[in-house]
Amino acid sequence: MIEFRSISKTFPGGTTAVDDFSLVIPSHRTTVFVGSSGCGKTTLLRMINRMVDASSGDLEIDGENVARIDPVRLRRRIGYVMQNSGLLPHRTVIDNIATVPRLNGVARTVAHARALQLMDTVGLDRLMADRYPSQLSGGQQQRVGVARGLAVDPNILLMDEPFGAVDPIVRAELQQELLRLQRELGKTVVFVTHDIDEAFLLGDQVVILEKGARIAQKGTPAEILANPASDFVASFIGADRGKRALSIREIDGARVVVDADGTVAGRLVEAGPS
Amino acid sequence: MTWAIANIEQILALSLEHVRLSILPIVLGFVIAIPLGWVAHRFQLTRGLILTLVGLLYTIPSLALFVILPPLLGLPFLSEANVLIALTIYAVAIMARSTADALASVDRDIQQAATAMGYSSWRRFWAVDFPLAGPVLLAGLRVVAVSTVSLLTVGVVVGVDSLGYLFTNGSQRGIIESVLAGVVATVVIALLFDRILALIGAWLMPWTRVKGAS
Repeated sequence: MIEFRSISKTFPGGTTAVDDFSLVIPSHRTTVFVGSSGCGKTTLLRMINRMVDASSGDLEIDGENVARIDPVRLRRRIGYVMQNSGLLPHRTVIDNIATVPRLNGVARTVAHARALQLMDTVGLDRLMADRYPSQLSGGQQQRVGVARGLAVDPNILLMDEPFGAVDPIVRAELQQELLRLQRELGKTVVFVTHDIDEAFLLGDQVVILEKGARIAQKGTPAEILANPASDFVASFIGADRGKRALSIREIDGARVVVDADGTVAGRLVEAGPS
Repeated sequence: MTWAIANIEQILALSLEHVRLSILPIVLGFVIAIPLGWVAHRFQLTRGLILTLVGLLYTIPSLALFVILPPLLGLPFLSEANVLIALTIYAVAIMARSTADALASVDRDIQQAATAMGYSSWRRFWAVDFPLAGPVLLAGLRVVAVSTVSLLTVGVVVGVDSLGYLFTNGSQRGIIESVLAGVVATVVIALLFDRILALIGAWLMPWTRVKGAS
Protein backbone atom coordinates (compact mmCIF):
# COMPACT_ATOMS: atom_id res chain seq x y z
CA MET A 1 0.00 0.00 0.00
CA ILE A 2 1.25 3.45 -0.91
CA GLU A 3 -0.20 6.37 0.98
CA PHE A 4 0.08 10.06 0.10
CA ARG A 5 -0.75 12.29 3.08
CA SER A 6 -1.23 16.01 2.40
CA ILE A 7 1.64 16.05 -0.06
CA SER A 8 2.66 19.36 -1.63
CA LYS A 9 5.47 20.14 -4.00
CA THR A 10 6.67 23.61 -4.88
CA PHE A 11 9.60 23.74 -7.29
CA PRO A 12 12.37 26.31 -6.92
CA GLY A 13 11.00 29.20 -8.93
CA GLY A 14 7.65 29.04 -7.24
CA THR A 15 5.44 26.76 -9.37
CA THR A 16 3.28 24.52 -7.24
CA ALA A 17 3.05 21.19 -9.05
CA VAL A 18 1.22 19.36 -6.29
CA ASP A 19 -1.09 21.04 -3.80
CA ASP A 20 -2.19 19.12 -0.69
CA PHE A 21 -2.61 15.72 -2.31
CA SER A 22 -3.86 12.70 -0.36
CA LEU A 23 -4.52 9.24 -1.74
CA VAL A 24 -4.28 5.58 -0.84
CA ILE A 25 -2.93 3.28 -3.54
CA PRO A 26 -3.96 -0.31 -2.75
CA SER A 27 -1.50 -3.18 -3.16
CA HIS A 28 -1.67 -5.67 -6.07
CA ARG A 29 -3.88 -3.34 -8.12
CA THR A 30 -3.27 -0.94 -10.95
CA THR A 31 -3.81 2.72 -10.12
CA VAL A 32 -3.73 5.15 -13.04
CA PHE A 33 -3.03 8.88 -12.71
CA VAL A 34 -4.58 10.55 -15.71
CA GLY A 35 -4.66 14.21 -16.63
CA SER A 36 -3.46 16.79 -19.12
CA SER A 37 0.22 17.64 -19.32
CA GLY A 38 1.37 19.83 -16.47
CA CYS A 39 -1.22 18.51 -14.01
CA GLY A 40 1.50 17.09 -11.77
CA LYS A 41 0.89 13.39 -12.44
CA THR A 42 4.51 12.58 -13.25
CA THR A 43 5.66 14.55 -10.21
CA LEU A 44 3.39 12.39 -8.04
CA LEU A 45 4.81 9.22 -9.57
CA ARG A 46 8.39 10.33 -9.07
CA MET A 47 7.75 11.06 -5.42
CA ILE A 48 7.21 7.36 -4.83
CA ASN A 49 10.83 6.49 -5.67
CA ARG A 50 12.14 9.87 -4.49
CA MET A 51 13.18 11.13 -7.88
CA VAL A 52 11.28 14.13 -6.53
CA ASP A 53 11.05 14.93 -2.82
CA ALA A 54 7.86 16.43 -1.41
CA SER A 55 8.03 19.96 0.00
CA SER A 56 5.59 18.98 2.72
CA GLY A 57 3.44 16.01 3.73
CA ASP A 58 4.25 12.34 4.18
CA LEU A 59 4.49 9.51 1.69
CA GLU A 60 4.46 6.00 3.09
CA ILE A 61 5.05 2.62 1.49
CA ASP A 62 3.59 -0.17 3.64
CA GLY A 63 3.69 2.17 6.63
CA GLU A 64 7.31 3.22 6.10
CA ASN A 65 7.97 6.91 5.42
CA VAL A 66 10.02 7.10 2.20
CA ALA A 67 11.79 10.25 3.44
CA ARG A 68 13.61 7.97 5.89
CA ILE A 69 14.74 5.48 3.23
CA ASP A 70 17.98 6.05 1.33
CA PRO A 71 16.81 7.04 -2.18
CA VAL A 72 19.31 4.79 -3.99
CA ARG A 73 18.22 1.73 -1.97
CA LEU A 74 14.56 2.66 -2.37
CA ARG A 75 14.87 2.91 -6.17
CA ARG A 76 16.53 -0.48 -6.43
CA ARG A 77 13.47 -2.16 -5.00
CA ILE A 78 10.90 -0.29 -7.10
CA GLY A 79 10.47 -1.05 -10.80
CA TYR A 80 10.46 1.96 -13.11
CA VAL A 81 9.40 2.04 -16.75
CA MET A 82 9.44 5.28 -18.69
CA GLN A 83 8.53 6.71 -22.06
CA ASN A 84 11.10 6.08 -24.81
CA SER A 85 12.17 3.08 -22.72
CA GLY A 86 15.14 4.92 -21.11
CA LEU A 87 17.33 1.93 -21.93
CA LEU A 88 21.08 2.35 -21.62
CA PRO A 89 22.18 2.60 -25.27
CA HIS A 90 25.66 1.24 -24.53
CA ARG A 91 24.41 -1.96 -22.92
CA THR A 92 22.98 -4.98 -24.67
CA VAL A 93 19.38 -6.04 -24.07
CA ILE A 94 20.37 -8.69 -21.54
CA ASP A 95 22.66 -6.29 -19.66
CA ASN A 96 19.92 -3.67 -19.60
CA ILE A 97 17.47 -6.13 -18.07
CA ALA A 98 20.08 -7.28 -15.56
CA THR A 99 20.98 -3.69 -14.55
CA VAL A 100 19.33 -3.50 -11.15
CA PRO A 101 20.16 -7.04 -9.96
CA ARG A 102 23.78 -6.30 -10.90
CA LEU A 103 23.63 -3.03 -8.91
CA ASN A 104 22.38 -5.11 -6.00
CA GLY A 105 25.42 -7.34 -6.29
CA VAL A 106 23.81 -10.39 -7.90
CA ALA A 107 26.38 -12.46 -9.80
CA ARG A 108 26.47 -11.86 -13.54
CA THR A 109 25.55 -15.42 -14.54
CA VAL A 110 22.59 -15.48 -12.16
CA ALA A 111 21.39 -12.05 -13.30
CA HIS A 112 21.68 -13.08 -16.94
CA ALA A 113 19.78 -16.32 -16.43
CA ARG A 114 16.99 -14.37 -14.76
CA ALA A 115 17.07 -11.77 -17.55
CA LEU A 116 16.53 -14.50 -20.16
CA GLN A 117 13.47 -15.74 -18.24
CA LEU A 118 12.15 -12.19 -18.12
CA MET A 119 12.54 -11.91 -21.88
CA ASP A 120 10.16 -14.88 -22.14
CA THR A 121 7.80 -13.25 -19.66
CA VAL A 122 7.47 -10.04 -21.66
CA GLY A 123 7.35 -11.85 -25.01
CA LEU A 124 10.81 -11.08 -26.37
CA ASP A 125 12.76 -13.54 -28.48
CA ARG A 126 15.88 -14.67 -26.58
CA LEU A 127 17.84 -14.19 -29.79
CA MET A 128 17.67 -10.45 -29.10
CA ALA A 129 19.63 -10.75 -25.85
CA ASP A 130 22.91 -9.56 -27.36
CA ARG A 131 21.51 -6.72 -29.42
CA TYR A 132 21.80 -3.06 -28.52
CA PRO A 133 18.65 -0.99 -27.92
CA SER A 134 19.15 0.95 -31.17
CA GLN A 135 18.73 -2.33 -33.05
CA LEU A 136 15.20 -2.89 -31.69
CA SER A 137 11.85 -1.44 -32.72
CA GLY A 138 10.08 0.98 -30.38
CA GLY A 139 7.71 -1.73 -29.17
CA GLN A 140 10.55 -4.17 -28.49
CA GLN A 141 12.47 -1.50 -26.59
CA GLN A 142 9.41 -0.89 -24.44
CA ARG A 143 9.19 -4.62 -23.67
CA VAL A 144 12.83 -4.57 -22.60
CA GLY A 145 11.96 -1.58 -20.41
CA VAL A 146 9.17 -3.57 -18.74
CA ALA A 147 11.45 -6.59 -18.27
CA ARG A 148 14.05 -4.34 -16.67
CA GLY A 149 11.41 -2.89 -14.37
CA LEU A 150 10.49 -6.41 -13.25
CA ALA A 151 14.05 -7.67 -12.86
CA VAL A 152 14.27 -7.51 -9.08
CA ASP A 153 10.70 -8.82 -8.73
CA PRO A 154 9.63 -5.56 -7.08
CA ASN A 155 6.32 -5.17 -5.24
CA ILE A 156 5.81 -1.80 -6.88
CA LEU A 157 6.07 -0.98 -10.57
CA LEU A 158 6.00 2.68 -11.62
CA MET A 159 5.11 3.33 -15.24
CA ASP A 160 5.46 6.85 -16.65
CA GLU A 161 3.58 7.01 -19.97
CA PRO A 162 5.39 3.85 -21.02
CA PHE A 163 3.41 3.38 -24.22
CA GLY A 164 3.21 7.06 -25.18
CA ALA A 165 5.76 6.94 -27.97
CA VAL A 166 4.78 3.77 -29.84
CA ASP A 167 2.28 3.54 -32.68
CA PRO A 168 -1.36 2.74 -31.87
CA ILE A 169 -1.26 -0.92 -32.97
CA VAL A 170 1.84 -1.72 -30.93
CA ARG A 171 0.40 0.27 -28.04
CA ALA A 172 -2.79 -1.82 -28.02
CA GLU A 173 -0.62 -4.95 -28.06
CA LEU A 174 1.54 -3.75 -25.18
CA GLN A 175 -1.54 -2.76 -23.17
CA GLN A 176 -2.99 -6.27 -23.53
CA GLU A 177 0.41 -7.70 -22.59
CA LEU A 178 0.49 -5.56 -19.46
CA LEU A 179 -3.01 -6.72 -18.49
CA ARG A 180 -1.90 -10.34 -18.91
CA LEU A 181 1.29 -9.75 -16.89
CA GLN A 182 -0.68 -8.03 -14.16
CA ARG A 183 -3.11 -10.97 -13.92
CA GLU A 184 -0.11 -13.28 -13.47
CA LEU A 185 2.06 -11.11 -11.24
CA GLY A 186 -0.34 -8.91 -9.25
CA LYS A 187 2.10 -6.02 -8.73
CA THR A 188 1.18 -2.69 -7.23
CA VAL A 189 1.27 -0.76 -10.49
CA VAL A 190 1.16 3.02 -10.58
CA PHE A 191 0.65 4.14 -14.15
CA VAL A 192 0.71 7.66 -15.55
CA THR A 193 -0.97 8.58 -18.82
CA HIS A 194 -2.80 11.44 -20.51
CA ASP A 195 -4.93 8.97 -22.48
CA ILE A 196 -8.26 8.36 -20.76
CA ASP A 197 -8.97 5.25 -22.85
CA GLU A 198 -5.69 3.74 -21.67
CA ALA A 199 -6.56 4.73 -18.09
CA PHE A 200 -9.97 3.01 -18.25
CA LEU A 201 -8.51 -0.07 -19.92
CA LEU A 202 -5.67 -0.63 -17.45
CA GLY A 203 -6.83 0.94 -14.20
CA ASP A 204 -8.50 -0.81 -11.27
CA GLN A 205 -8.48 2.63 -9.70
CA VAL A 206 -8.43 5.68 -11.94
CA VAL A 207 -7.48 9.08 -10.52
CA ILE A 208 -8.36 12.02 -12.75
CA LEU A 209 -6.19 15.02 -11.98
CA GLU A 210 -6.60 18.73 -12.57
CA LYS A 211 -3.87 21.35 -12.41
CA GLY A 212 -1.88 21.23 -9.15
CA ALA A 213 -2.64 17.47 -8.91
CA ARG A 214 -6.09 18.20 -7.47
CA ILE A 215 -8.19 15.07 -7.64
CA ALA A 216 -11.14 15.76 -9.93
CA GLN A 217 -12.48 12.26 -9.34
CA LYS A 218 -11.25 8.83 -8.35
CA GLY A 219 -12.87 5.45 -8.64
CA THR A 220 -13.21 2.44 -10.88
CA PRO A 221 -13.70 3.19 -14.59
CA ALA A 222 -17.34 2.11 -14.24
CA GLU A 223 -17.97 4.45 -11.31
CA ILE A 224 -16.44 7.39 -13.13
CA LEU A 225 -18.34 6.71 -16.36
CA ALA A 226 -21.61 6.21 -14.48
CA ASN A 227 -21.32 9.36 -12.40
CA PRO A 228 -18.85 11.98 -13.59
CA ALA A 229 -18.28 14.17 -10.56
CA SER A 230 -18.07 17.45 -12.47
CA ASP A 231 -18.31 19.04 -15.89
CA PHE A 232 -14.51 18.86 -16.04
CA VAL A 233 -14.59 15.08 -15.59
CA ALA A 234 -17.51 14.64 -17.99
CA SER A 235 -15.69 16.59 -20.64
CA PHE A 236 -12.33 14.91 -19.92
CA ILE A 237 -13.70 11.39 -20.28
CA GLY A 238 -15.79 12.46 -23.26
CA ALA A 239 -19.02 11.24 -21.67
CA ASP A 240 -21.06 13.61 -23.79
CA ARG A 241 -19.62 12.75 -27.18
CA GLY A 242 -18.20 10.16 -29.53
CA LYS A 243 -17.87 6.53 -28.62
CA ARG A 244 -19.03 7.04 -25.03
CA ALA A 245 -22.37 8.79 -25.71
CA LEU A 246 -24.42 5.70 -26.39
CA SER A 247 -28.13 5.70 -27.02
CA ILE A 248 -30.68 3.01 -27.76
CA ARG A 249 -32.67 2.92 -30.97
CA GLU A 250 -35.27 0.48 -32.09
CA ILE A 251 -34.78 -0.98 -35.53
CA ASP A 252 -37.19 -3.68 -36.74
CA GLY A 253 -38.20 -4.55 -33.22
CA ALA A 254 -34.61 -5.10 -32.02
CA ARG A 255 -32.89 -2.60 -29.78
CA VAL A 256 -29.46 -1.48 -30.96
CA VAL A 257 -26.95 0.76 -29.27
CA VAL A 258 -25.70 3.70 -31.29
CA ASP A 259 -22.87 6.14 -30.46
CA ALA A 260 -22.88 9.92 -30.95
CA ASP A 261 -21.62 9.61 -34.52
CA GLY A 262 -24.58 7.37 -35.39
CA THR A 263 -22.34 4.31 -35.68
CA VAL A 264 -24.00 1.13 -34.49
CA ALA A 265 -22.03 -0.12 -31.49
CA GLY A 266 -24.00 -3.33 -30.94
CA ARG A 267 -27.29 -4.95 -30.15
CA LEU A 268 -28.75 -4.56 -26.70
CA VAL A 269 -29.11 -7.92 -24.96
CA GLU A 270 -30.92 -8.09 -21.66
CA ALA A 271 -29.15 -9.54 -18.66
CA GLY A 272 -29.32 -13.31 -18.93
CA PRO A 273 -29.78 -14.25 -22.58
CA SER A 274 -32.90 -16.32 -23.26
CA MET B 1 64.68 11.67 -51.38
CA THR B 2 68.31 10.61 -51.52
CA TRP B 3 68.94 12.63 -48.34
CA ALA B 4 66.04 10.89 -46.60
CA ILE B 5 67.30 7.46 -47.64
CA ALA B 6 70.84 8.27 -46.58
CA ASN B 7 69.59 9.48 -43.19
CA ILE B 8 66.79 6.98 -42.66
CA GLU B 9 68.24 5.70 -39.41
CA GLN B 10 68.26 9.17 -37.91
CA ILE B 11 64.74 9.89 -39.15
CA LEU B 12 63.45 6.66 -37.62
CA ALA B 13 65.24 7.28 -34.34
CA LEU B 14 63.81 10.80 -34.14
CA SER B 15 60.35 9.46 -35.04
CA LEU B 16 60.47 6.94 -32.20
CA GLU B 17 61.59 9.67 -29.83
CA HIS B 18 58.77 11.83 -31.13
CA VAL B 19 56.20 9.11 -30.44
CA ARG B 20 57.62 8.48 -26.97
CA LEU B 21 57.48 12.15 -26.01
CA SER B 22 53.96 12.66 -27.42
CA ILE B 23 52.23 9.93 -25.42
CA LEU B 24 52.65 11.35 -21.92
CA PRO B 25 51.16 14.83 -22.56
CA ILE B 26 48.19 13.26 -24.40
CA VAL B 27 47.45 10.83 -21.57
CA LEU B 28 48.08 13.38 -18.80
CA GLY B 29 46.04 16.04 -20.59
CA PHE B 30 43.11 13.64 -20.87
CA VAL B 31 43.27 12.55 -17.23
CA ILE B 32 43.56 16.10 -15.88
CA ALA B 33 40.85 17.47 -18.19
CA ILE B 34 38.18 14.96 -17.07
CA PRO B 35 37.65 16.39 -13.56
CA LEU B 36 38.04 19.96 -14.87
CA GLY B 37 35.48 19.37 -17.59
CA TRP B 38 33.19 17.65 -15.11
CA VAL B 39 33.28 20.63 -12.73
CA ALA B 40 32.72 23.00 -15.66
CA HIS B 41 29.77 20.92 -16.81
CA ARG B 42 28.28 20.29 -13.39
CA PHE B 43 28.24 23.77 -11.92
CA GLN B 44 26.76 26.62 -13.92
CA LEU B 45 28.82 29.20 -12.01
CA THR B 46 32.19 27.63 -12.73
CA ARG B 47 31.49 26.75 -16.33
CA GLY B 48 32.29 30.17 -17.82
CA LEU B 49 35.26 30.72 -15.52
CA ILE B 50 36.98 27.38 -16.09
CA LEU B 51 36.40 27.23 -19.82
CA THR B 52 37.60 30.82 -20.30
CA LEU B 53 40.73 30.18 -18.23
CA VAL B 54 41.70 26.98 -20.03
CA GLY B 55 40.85 28.68 -23.32
CA LEU B 56 43.32 31.45 -22.47
CA LEU B 57 46.02 28.86 -21.70
CA TYR B 58 45.94 27.81 -25.31
CA THR B 59 46.66 31.35 -26.46
CA ILE B 60 50.03 31.50 -24.62
CA PRO B 61 52.70 31.08 -27.31
CA SER B 62 54.69 27.91 -26.78
CA LEU B 63 58.03 29.68 -26.82
CA ALA B 64 56.86 32.00 -24.06
CA LEU B 65 55.65 29.02 -22.07
CA PHE B 66 59.08 27.33 -22.33
CA VAL B 67 60.60 30.49 -20.86
CA ILE B 68 57.99 31.02 -18.12
CA LEU B 69 57.71 27.44 -16.83
CA PRO B 70 61.28 26.73 -15.63
CA PRO B 71 61.55 29.60 -13.08
CA LEU B 72 57.93 28.98 -12.05
CA LEU B 73 58.44 25.26 -11.38
CA GLY B 74 62.14 25.26 -10.58
CA LEU B 75 63.00 23.23 -13.68
CA PRO B 76 66.11 23.49 -15.80
CA PHE B 77 65.46 25.53 -18.91
CA LEU B 78 66.77 22.85 -21.28
CA SER B 79 64.76 19.87 -20.08
CA GLU B 80 62.27 17.29 -21.28
CA ALA B 81 59.99 18.08 -18.33
CA ASN B 82 59.73 21.68 -19.48
CA VAL B 83 58.39 20.61 -22.88
CA LEU B 84 56.15 17.85 -21.53
CA ILE B 85 54.48 20.18 -19.02
CA ALA B 86 53.91 22.84 -21.67
CA LEU B 87 52.34 20.28 -24.01
CA THR B 88 50.19 18.89 -21.18
CA ILE B 89 48.88 22.40 -20.54
CA TYR B 90 47.84 22.72 -24.19
CA ALA B 91 46.25 19.26 -24.09
CA VAL B 92 44.23 20.23 -21.00
CA ALA B 93 43.21 23.48 -22.69
CA ILE B 94 41.61 21.57 -25.58
CA MET B 95 40.36 18.56 -23.65
CA ALA B 96 38.64 20.36 -20.75
CA ARG B 97 36.21 22.05 -23.13
CA SER B 98 35.69 18.80 -25.03
CA THR B 99 34.92 17.02 -21.76
CA ALA B 100 32.36 19.64 -20.73
CA ASP B 101 30.73 19.41 -24.18
CA ALA B 102 30.88 15.60 -24.09
CA LEU B 103 29.13 15.38 -20.73
CA ALA B 104 26.52 17.89 -21.90
CA SER B 105 25.85 15.65 -24.92
CA VAL B 106 24.53 12.78 -22.77
CA ASP B 107 20.76 12.32 -23.10
CA ARG B 108 19.03 13.60 -19.93
CA ASP B 109 16.28 10.99 -20.19
CA ILE B 110 18.86 8.21 -20.01
CA GLN B 111 20.53 9.83 -17.00
CA GLN B 112 17.13 10.09 -15.31
CA ALA B 113 16.38 6.47 -16.11
CA ALA B 114 19.74 5.40 -14.67
CA THR B 115 19.05 7.34 -11.48
CA ALA B 116 15.58 5.80 -11.28
CA MET B 117 17.17 2.32 -11.59
CA GLY B 118 19.17 3.05 -8.44
CA TYR B 119 22.59 4.21 -9.63
CA SER B 120 24.34 6.40 -7.07
CA SER B 121 25.70 9.59 -8.65
CA TRP B 122 29.32 8.41 -8.51
CA ARG B 123 28.51 5.07 -10.04
CA ARG B 124 26.25 6.63 -12.65
CA PHE B 125 29.08 8.91 -13.75
CA TRP B 126 31.44 6.02 -14.48
CA ALA B 127 28.90 3.48 -15.73
CA VAL B 128 26.57 5.73 -17.73
CA ASP B 129 27.60 9.37 -18.23
CA PHE B 130 31.28 8.74 -19.00
CA PRO B 131 30.82 5.95 -21.56
CA LEU B 132 27.94 7.77 -23.25
CA ALA B 133 30.10 10.90 -23.46
CA GLY B 134 32.70 8.66 -25.14
CA PRO B 135 32.17 9.57 -28.78
CA VAL B 136 32.54 13.32 -28.11
CA LEU B 137 35.46 12.70 -25.70
CA LEU B 138 37.17 10.65 -28.39
CA ALA B 139 36.71 13.42 -30.97
CA GLY B 140 38.38 15.84 -28.53
CA LEU B 141 41.19 13.41 -27.76
CA ARG B 142 41.94 12.96 -31.46
CA VAL B 143 42.36 16.73 -31.82
CA VAL B 144 44.64 16.72 -28.76
CA ALA B 145 46.74 13.89 -30.17
CA VAL B 146 47.29 15.56 -33.55
CA SER B 147 47.95 18.95 -31.94
CA THR B 148 50.46 17.47 -29.46
CA VAL B 149 52.38 15.60 -32.16
CA SER B 150 52.61 18.81 -34.16
CA LEU B 151 53.50 21.11 -31.24
CA LEU B 152 56.22 18.80 -29.95
CA THR B 153 58.49 19.83 -32.84
CA VAL B 154 58.92 23.24 -31.18
CA GLY B 155 60.61 21.51 -28.25
CA VAL B 156 63.81 21.40 -30.25
CA VAL B 157 64.49 25.04 -29.32
CA VAL B 158 64.98 24.01 -25.71
CA GLY B 159 67.12 21.07 -26.69
CA VAL B 160 64.53 18.30 -26.65
CA ASP B 161 65.13 16.22 -29.74
CA SER B 162 62.15 15.22 -31.78
CA LEU B 163 61.34 15.44 -35.47
CA GLY B 164 61.68 19.18 -34.89
CA TYR B 165 65.43 18.61 -35.10
CA LEU B 166 65.03 17.96 -38.82
CA PHE B 167 63.54 21.45 -39.17
CA THR B 168 66.34 23.33 -37.42
CA ASN B 169 68.97 21.10 -38.95
CA GLY B 170 67.51 21.62 -42.40
CA SER B 171 67.13 25.35 -42.14
CA GLN B 172 70.57 25.94 -40.60
CA ARG B 173 72.39 23.80 -43.15
CA GLY B 174 70.15 24.69 -46.08
CA ILE B 175 68.90 21.12 -46.62
CA ILE B 176 65.29 21.48 -47.70
CA GLU B 177 64.88 17.69 -47.84
CA SER B 178 65.54 17.49 -44.12
CA VAL B 179 62.68 19.90 -43.43
CA LEU B 180 60.38 18.00 -45.79
CA ALA B 181 61.26 14.67 -44.21
CA GLY B 182 60.42 16.17 -40.80
CA VAL B 183 57.04 17.41 -42.04
CA VAL B 184 56.14 14.09 -43.64
CA ALA B 185 57.21 12.06 -40.60
CA THR B 186 55.23 14.36 -38.26
CA VAL B 187 52.12 14.05 -40.39
CA VAL B 188 52.49 10.27 -40.57
CA ILE B 189 52.79 10.01 -36.78
CA ALA B 190 49.81 12.33 -36.28
CA LEU B 191 47.69 10.22 -38.64
CA LEU B 192 48.88 7.06 -36.93
CA PHE B 193 47.86 8.35 -33.49
CA ASP B 194 44.51 9.45 -34.89
CA ARG B 195 43.89 6.06 -36.47
CA ILE B 196 44.90 4.14 -33.34
CA LEU B 197 42.62 6.28 -31.17
CA ALA B 198 39.71 5.74 -33.56
CA LEU B 199 40.30 1.96 -33.43
CA ILE B 200 40.52 1.94 -29.63
CA GLY B 201 37.31 3.97 -29.55
CA ALA B 202 35.48 1.52 -31.81
CA TRP B 203 36.71 -1.37 -29.67
CA LEU B 204 35.71 0.26 -26.37
CA MET B 205 32.36 1.53 -27.68
CA PRO B 206 30.87 -1.35 -29.67
CA TRP B 207 27.37 0.13 -29.46
CA THR B 208 28.43 3.02 -31.72
CA ARG B 209 29.19 0.55 -34.50
CA VAL B 210 25.80 -1.16 -34.73
CA LYS B 211 23.24 -0.12 -37.27
CA GLY B 212 19.86 1.06 -36.04
CA ALA B 213 16.66 -0.94 -36.53
CA SER B 214 15.10 -0.43 -39.92
